[in-house]
Amino acid sequence: MLEIKDLYVRYGMIEAIKGISFEVRDGEIVTLIGSNGAGKTTTMHAISGLLKPASGSIMLDGVELTKTPNHKIVSMGLAQVPEGRRVFAQQTVEENLLLGAYARKDKDGIQKDLDHVYELFPRLLERKKQPAGTLSGGEQQMLAMARALMSRPKILLMDEPSMGLSPLLVKEIFHIIQDINKDGTTILLVEQNAKMALAIADRAYVLETGKISLEGTGEELSASEEVRKAYLGG
Amino acid sequence: MAFLSYLIGGLGLGSVYAIIALGYSMVYGIAKMLNFAHGDVIMVGAFMAYFAISKYHLPVLVGVVLAVVVCTILGVVIERLAYKPLRHASSLSVLITAIGVSYFLQNSAMLLWGTDTKIFPTVLSGSLTVGSLSVPYLTLITILTCIVIMIVLTLFINRTKTGRAMRACSEDKGAAALMGINVNRIISITFAIGSGLAAIASILLVATYPSVYPTLGSMPGIKAFTAAVFGGIGSIPGAFLGGLVLGVVENLSRAYISTQLSDAIVFMVLIVVLLIKPTGLLGKKVNVKV
Ligand SMILES: Nc1ncnc2c1ncn2[C@@H]1O[C@H](COP(=O)(O)OP(=O)(O)O)[C@@H](O)[C@H]1O
Ligand SMILES: [Mg+2]
Repeated sequence: MLEIKDLYVRYGMIEAIKGISFEVRDGEIVTLIGSNGAGKTTTMHAISGLLKPASGSIMLDGVELTKTPNHKIVSMGLAQVPEGRRVFAQQTVEENLLLGAYARKDKDGIQKDLDHVYELFPRLLERKKQPAGTLSGGEQQMLAMARALMSRPKILLMDEPSMGLSPLLVKEIFHIIQDINKDGTTILLVEQNAKMALAIADRAYVLETGKISLEGTGEELSASEEVRKAYLGG
Repeated sequence: MAFLSYLIGGLGLGSVYAIIALGYSMVYGIAKMLNFAHGDVIMVGAFMAYFAISKYHLPVLVGVVLAVVVCTILGVVIERLAYKPLRHASSLSVLITAIGVSYFLQNSAMLLWGTDTKIFPTVLSGSLTVGSLSVPYLTLITILTCIVIMIVLTLFINRTKTGRAMRACSEDKGAAALMGINVNRIISITFAIGSGLAAIASILLVATYPSVYPTLGSMPGIKAFTAAVFGGIGSIPGAFLGGLVLGVVENLSRAYISTQLSDAIVFMVLIVVLLIKPTGLLGKKVNVKV
């Protein structure tokens, strides 16, 4: 579904991503783990077209995304839940959800999906007229996920959904991620919380200062000595 | 009665400021820049209306439409050529560029249309008299136009899909792009609306003060900018309120205190308001986001 080859991304003179390649296949949950500053968010931004790579290729179902204007990428079936949630604080919950469906034109379908995400996240239904800025961190994370789902993505990118949330909420969020995947959405999950991410991932990659240092199935990496030392606290 | 008539006159003047301030404020809210060439777009609109109505004797409405069309296109072209290449530049570079565009428009007008002052024809005379109070129709139409613009714009921003996208861009352009919003297109639309409004303001302005010359946009531009800051820059009701308050303060101080000092008084009021409420009358706290 998503295939990244020899990707390089620079910020001015700083090379943040130094030639990485990985793929996400239909129906998988793939996770990219790595410590702070490894280049996870940079990779996500490059895939969504917010950053222009210096070189390399990003293919979504055979279409080159690096040559696609960023506003067209969503309607091709790729959505992102960005790091730090980035909900539109001054707009209501429902307006945020409608913005998620911005690229769509099927009014009936949008209404159906609104009902669907409210079912998935009942707390959002109770707060649908509230400005998103008044929600708690966990609720904002749910809103950011629901907003991304409103575009009906084939593949959903999530950048550190567990950031700043209580362990209980993190568990809930990871359950929802698995549910979304079971409903047929492919998932690329970026996490610092390696333990949880590896537990639900089919396959995983370890990103270290802009390079992929390890790859394998979720189980393999959970068991790996290097990963245990570096990311799972021994 | 004299007071009431000065007050209404002030509301008329304030309505023109408000319409110009809306353009300033919308562009600031979405592109996060002060478009100092906004006043000169007004000047171009005034010349267009002057040529259509006075030189080619076309109906007033044709003059209005011509001014709106030319200014709308001009605003979009300015953004594309001068500001878009600076999307990631420092705000100081953008500000200097905007001042450059302003001089460019003024000098082009001098070259093309001469430096002499042209007299805009009377397009609407007569007054509505109620008892001893007499209000020019022009003032009434100016105030009415401002109210209609305010209502339509508010509905557009709050109720339409494009309006929602504009608000999203004003909060977080990166997140807006992740929604599939074409941010460049939204910025173009904002400049188009702001410049179209500037054209309408230009006609109301020269219909009241009938001199047309290449630097005519500077003073109303600065006053409208003041009104936008006064009301809370980036806020649409703020621009509206700021414009009206500014017009009324200016007109009343001209009538009761001093014609020479009226501008100084206006700026003094601005400074006092900003000292008490740094974000302006209706401004929200500024979002600092990367
Ligand atoms: N806007 C930026 N300008 C310059 N350097 C940046 C910028 N954003 C990130 N970086 C650098 O790129 C590297 C990768 O950052 P990032 O992708 O945010 O890492 P992660 O998401 O894994 O924590 C870091 O060294 C960071 O300092
Ligand atoms: Mg990150």
